[in-house]
Amino acid sequence: MARLITFVILFLFWIMLSGMFDAFHLSLGVLSCALVAWLSSDLLFAGGKLPSSPRSLIGLALYLPWLFWQIVVANVQVAAIVLHPRMLERINPQIIRFRTRLKTPFARVTFGQSITLTPGTITVNVDGDEFTVYALTDDSAGSLPGEMERRVAAALEGEKV
Amino acid sequence: MLSFIVALVLAAAVFFFAVGTLGILRFPDFYTRLHAAGKCDTLASMLALFAVALFTLQDWTFAELLVSLKILAIAGFVFIASPTACHAITRAALVLGVEPWERREGKK
Repeated sequence: MARLITFVILFLFWIMLSGMFDAFHLSLGVLSCALVAWLSSDLLFAGGKLPSSPRSLIGLALYLPWLFWQIVVANVQVAAIVLHPRMLERINPQIIRFRTRLKTPFARVTFGQSITLTPGTITVNVDGDEFTVYALTDDSAGSLPGEMERRVAAALEGEKV
Repeated sequence: MLSFIVALVLAAAVFFFAVGTLGILRFPDFYTRLHAAGKCDTLASMLALFAVALFTLQDWTFAELLVSLKILAIAGFVFIASPTACHAITRAALVLGVEPWERREGKK
């Protein structure tokens, strides 16, 4: 099953990249996608297991627009710091550690990537449930884990906010 | 109308690229510079790619849609690869013991 879904995804990608619909190119696509799906389906779905429900995908789709808006807001804040004449008084780099309540690896990765994407914070290390984050200012350090973790938990683990 | 929106998005992209570059020059140490390099550039390149994808869709033909989708696929790749690289470089620097800049009271 995981192989079949891998094949479908790969083949859609093939069609998008090739844009040719004659028999020769389509059969080449079927052959190569089948080969890749057969060899490496366990890369896309770890261990060949499908996600238990499609809900995590829907949650991710709902989470991404919010994340993108956060990236824009945070970029404007960093731009303000960069352009500030006395910039060195505005920043206070520090390393903070906190524990997360996210359980699945996928949710933790999403959370870590989200932290790194929003300016002002970089995920340095994830060890079990402990996150090490490098923060640029006091504000960005104080905002973690905060709303972002709640959103990831709601989107990917179905927790009530 | 379309080219107006495209120009607006491109202008935003140029602004964030400029801020990112300025940040690399102005920030005091390796890690803070990585902030400027890794984040502003992510948003800026995504905005630029989005503008180009939009600009391709002049007539809404299928061929144009495919080209737009390819460009958006690049944006998706940047969206995943950029924070991963940023995290990897930061962690490598910490492991190697690059000293982070710290603010000291009474000293600038």
